[in-house]
Amino acid sequence: MSAALLQIRNLSVSVEGNEILHDISLDVHKGETHVLMGPNGAGKSTIGNTLMGNPQYHVISGSILFDGQELNGLSPDKRAKAGMFMSFQNPIEVPGLSLESFIRNAIRQQTGKPIRIFQFKKRLEDTMRLLNMDPAYADRDLNVGFSGGEKKKAEILQMLMLDPKLCILDETDSGLDVDAVHTVSNGIKEYQKNSEGALMIITHNAKILESLKVDRTHVIVRGHLVADGGPELIEKISEHGFEEYIAEAADINE
Amino acid sequence: MNDPVKDDAVHFDPAIDTEDDDINAYIDGESRSIYNFREDESDFYRVGEGLTADIVELISREKNDPEWMREFRLRSLDLYHKIRVPEWGPPIDGLNMDNIVTYVRPNTTMKGTWDEVPEEIRSAFDKLGIPQAEHEFLAGVGAQYDSELVYHNLQESVAAQGVVYTDIESSLTGKYADMVKEYFMKLVPPTDHKFAALHGAVWSGGSFVYVPKGVKVEVPLQSYFRLNAKGAGQFEHTLIIVDEGADLHFIEGCSAPKWNVANLHAGCVELYVKKNARLRYSTIENWSKNMYNLNTKRALVEEGGRMEWVSGSFGSHVSYLYPTTILKGRNAACEYTGITFAGKGQDLDTGCRMVHIGEDTSTLVTTKSISKDGGIGTFRSSIEVMPTAVNSRSSVDCSSLMLDDISRSDTIPAMEVRTDNCNIGHEAKIGRISDESVFYLMSRGISEEEARAMIVSGFADPVSKELPLEYAAEMNNLIKLEMEGSIS
Repeated sequence: MSAALLQIRNLSVSVEGNEILHDISLDVHKGETHVLMGPNGAGKSTIGNTLMGNPQYHVISGSILFDGQELNGLSPDKRAKAGMFMSFQNPIEVPGLSLESFIRNAIRQQTGKPIRIFQFKKRLEDTMRLLNMDPAYADRDLNVGFSGGEKKKAEILQMLMLDPKLCILDETDSGLDVDAVHTVSNGIKEYQKNSEGALMIITHNAKILESLKVDRTHVIVRGHLVADGGPELIEKISEHGFEEYIAEAADINE
Repeated sequence: MNDPVKDDAVHFDPAIDTEDDDINAYIDGESRSIYNFREDESDFYRVGEGLTADIVELISREKNDPEWMREFRLRSLDLYHKIRVPEWGPPIDGLNMDNIVTYVRPNTTMKGTWDEVPEEIRSAFDKLGIPQAEHEFLAGVGAQYDSELVYHNLQESVAAQGVVYTDIESSLTGKYADMVKEYFMKLVPPTDHKFAALHGAVWSGGSFVYVPKGVKVEVPLQSYFRLNAKGAGQFEHTLIIVDEGADLHFIEGCSAPKWNVANLHAGCVELYVKKNARLRYSTIENWSKNMYNLNTKRALVEEGGRMEWVSGSFGSHVSYLYPTTILKGRNAACEYTGITFAGKGQDLDTGCRMVHIGEDTSTLVTTKSISKDGGIGTFRSSIEVMPTAVNSRSSVDCSSLMLDDISRSDTIPAMEVRTDNCNIGHEAKIGRISDESVFYLMSRGISEEEARAMIVSGFADPVSKELPLEYAAEMNNLIKLEMEGSIS
């Protein structure tokens, strides 16, 4: 097997001085879809934010190798340029910056090349249509006044437009109604189909996973990686919840 | 005649030299190079430094003033010496009037084509893009260099509509002499404050615009004021009368190269918006950071008239700028949209004043203030509603963005409401760029510097949206220049 796209080794992370993640190791290969599950507050989002380089998260020890490059110490924009993407749990509102010009700027900065406006607009429109987004949103201020569902769709729109190597979807399904979950899930399928990239889907709800191909599942509880498995693990958790793992994590902590 | 500037009660503090270390410290390393070029003007005519009756008489003679204007200047000078320096705003003690040259005449007369303008002056306006802008999207241009207009032109089709656009000097003797005399410094009388008096004494250059009844000028007119001379003052006067039912968009641009001594700008703008007329007055002031910008702008709006201000204050060491609108007639309306960017070594005191007199008058104020690198931005607003102004409405919304911990942003709103029957609202927000926002933009591959600039541009967007495209681009460019090197 070729080297993994993402290699996390013995990663421990703190936020405001509190250690949140303990000794996490996992590999993601090109083209794979991984699911990261766990109860609220388990540290799932911490993994996503740490991978993306959020300055509020401090790596205590361990390494993150992405496409052969050590990410520790790299700023978020360099990680993005290396092919990392995160769909935010709470996308930020930026008044005065339109969704379209934001995406255009991001593509230009990532590729370092000028953009062919006509092609770009066509692709943006097509992608918005796929996500059932009103094209008028392209001209609206980034996330300002967007509903929860529209914000998440706008994240998936950015993902599809930027076509990264690894997408971390941080609770992209949270707070969405059934139709929106379906739309977002279609967007993810589109990425799986057309891109060679990999996905790390962070969720505590199996709903979004029902129609997606999943390769690996990881369970995280109290900052520990307590179980690894295939897609069957999702079903098991849907039925029995995290109780068994919570007990296990309690043992580790003691 | 002894030098009245030495009169104790009124003079600027002479203890502080204009070759002040403060000024020298912050103009170094400043990056507004595209505006910062100086032209040689050794052959220009300059009056001596300082302010005396002799100098005022000299200016008056140079300009062939009518007698009433000569007397007006001398009366204003007298008032200047009597009125005290304002004590409520940013310090202006680095400004010593004994060192300011009040009149610098370029070695040319006013021309009607750019080809006739002397090469070194034309090249300055070329660099600022003025002839190109005139060619592409303006109906007329006036260009002032130091104290005098060097170029003035109005499209024939607009002139054929009866629109008058000329320098103030020739308007004093021409067909509109009586009109100019009737309106000149009536809205901003020299008694108003010390620098209005100064302006009345030494004013030079500027534009006179008259738009006849019912005439709609489809494309904007622009006057550009370039102050090139070291240690000089610029005192241009803009007088615009938009007659009943007429419509005009006037654009004012200003810039100057940087010098290591204080320069002064004390212009005066008087705008008369008649019944059912509309005037939009857009400005981007972009002074170098050795400039004291003590400018006065005022509009009088009659029944059903509409005044729109779009104001960008960039550059200058100290600014006092509060465009005032008097809503005199019933149903008069005013919208004020402004932005102020205070960077290192800058103390910019800006805002606006609205005086509601007529019934059903309405005002809407939206301002943005950005401060950075220890810059001080103060927003002052004054909303005055007279007992006669029943059913009036006013809404003020000012937001400030501080880009670091050493900068300062203050909001000083004042309201004086003398009727129960009105609707007045005020909202103020002071914020910072959140780490989450920067992280969010960076996570898409945008550098930290670029991310911050994008957030600041977004913050300024409600103002740039109000400007014509080319000026919005210039403003965004100014914001980028100010943001350069903002990452420690």
